[in-house]
Amino acid sequence: MRVTQGTFSYLPDLTDDEIAAQIGYAQARGWAVAVEFTDDPHPRNVLWEMWGLPMFGLADPAGAMLEVRACRAQYPDHYVRVTAYDASLGRQTTALSFIVGRPAREPGFRLDRQESAGRQVRYTLHPYAADRPRGERYAEGFSAQNGARGG
Amino acid sequence: MGTPAQPAARGFAMARPGAAAPEPAAPEPAGPAPLAPDATVDLGSQEQALRIAALLDRLDGEFVGLAPVKDRVREIAALLLVDRLRRGFGLASSRPSLHMCFTGSPGTGKTTLATHMGALLKELGYLRTGQLVSVTRDDLVGQYVGHTAPKTREVLKRAMGGVLLIDEAYYLYRPENERDYGQEAIEILLQVMEAQREDLVVILAGYADRMDVFFRSNPGMASRIAHHIDFPDFTLEELLRIAAAMLDAGQYRMDEGAREAFAEYVRLRMAQPRFANARSIRNAIDRLRLRQARRLVAAGGVIAAGDLMEISAADVRASRVFRGGLGPDGSRPRAEGTGA
Repeated sequence: MRVTQGTFSYLPDLTDDEIAAQIGYAQARGWAVAVEFTDDPHPRNVLWEMWGLPMFGLADPAGAMLEVRACRAQYPDHYVRVTAYDASLGRQTTALSFIVGRPAREPGFRLDRQESAGRQVRYTLHPYAADRPRGERYAEGFSAQNGARGG
Repeated sequence: MGTPAQPAARGFAMARPGAAAPEPAAPEPAGPAPLAPDATVDLGSQEQALRIAALLDRLDGEFVGLAPVKDRVREIAALLLVDRLRRGFGLASSRPSLHMCFTGSPGTGKTTLATHMGALLKELGYLRTGQLVSVTRDDLVGQYVGHTAPKTREVLKRAMGGVLLIDEAYYLYRPENERDYGQEAIEILLQVMEAQREDLVVILAGYADRMDVFFRSNPGMASRIAHHIDFPDFTLEELLRIAAAMLDAGQYRMDEGAREAFAEYVRLRMAQPRFANARSIRNAIDRLRLRQARRLVAAGGVIAAGDLMEISAADVRASRVFRGGLGPDGSRPRAEGTGA
């Protein structure tokens, strides 16, 4: 199951050129670009690990692409996203966030039902990947496909 | 957009009854169709050729002298234009490597030209942003193990899309200390200069003799720099034109006597030690302004705008240079003086 999230969630995976163009847009607006990664695919997992510091003061997307590629190479079996932070007064929040790297195989989620008092049923999403410890969740899934995407 | 052949694209559109499967998008053409091999292009009518000509004219106007430097810039501009035309004909064209090394005596305009290079290469369509990031050893080399690489990368990232100017680059390499982290910075620089040629232009600037030593001990660096440009010393006449431009820019003027005195001043100063070409001229003009201000304040009375602009021959002649200047070892001939 292909996990989607963020600004371009409805589009196919962006190519590197498209990612660079989006980063260029963010930098042209004065937003600071940062790279983040995680291997916990749950939709409520909003706080991902940071790859280095947010990149303030960059003029050209090539510098940020360097970090995107470095992060993908270091964590090939993780989700990687780019966020752009708008520091202007009154906004001061993430202005743009999109996935730029994903594990080759995404096993998806199962629905857990929990019966509670009074025949009530609670539902919860459980990512199959989360059954394994952090760092090994997608490890065996890394294959040629990820490399072929130009990651 | 990804082509529909990519597996990722399968999850893109929801199937709608009645809607035909989306047509595979035709690949975007990379540009206009290649011209026929027997077609011709009029160079004079090319919009880019005109822009480049205007740009080079401006360069000629802004920089006095520096003929070899201007020649090289002209060559680079022509190459970029020809490459573009070759692409028009569907011929192979590769981005030339434009890393440069500027060598020359102090004050010959190395740093000044480097600051203009970014804007120039952007207008020529070689660089995307054309900003200048000017660094020295301190900005690249860290103070402890593991500090250098992130520091150098940070600088390189900031310079992407523009020009990275490393002033006095030979300080990066300290042969007397084999544990110096400068070597690490050089290695990262080399790697990025090679791998990301299209993203940034690295300019090394420094004095010729020390640069030679630096390149001898870092042959990889010398071979990755395509353009070694030597800045010649300015002639007397060029220095006077530079001085006139500086005075103009500062809204000062000299009468005939002052101009003659200043020409004599420059001639004497050139023969004296520690002469730094245009930098010495700038310093001399700064001191002229000091003396002019002192003269005006000491005279008192009514002052017009013209007086504030006028530099007199006496202001020039008060300089220590006319009385022998500094000794060959830089010593001062007299304890008291006019601060010249």
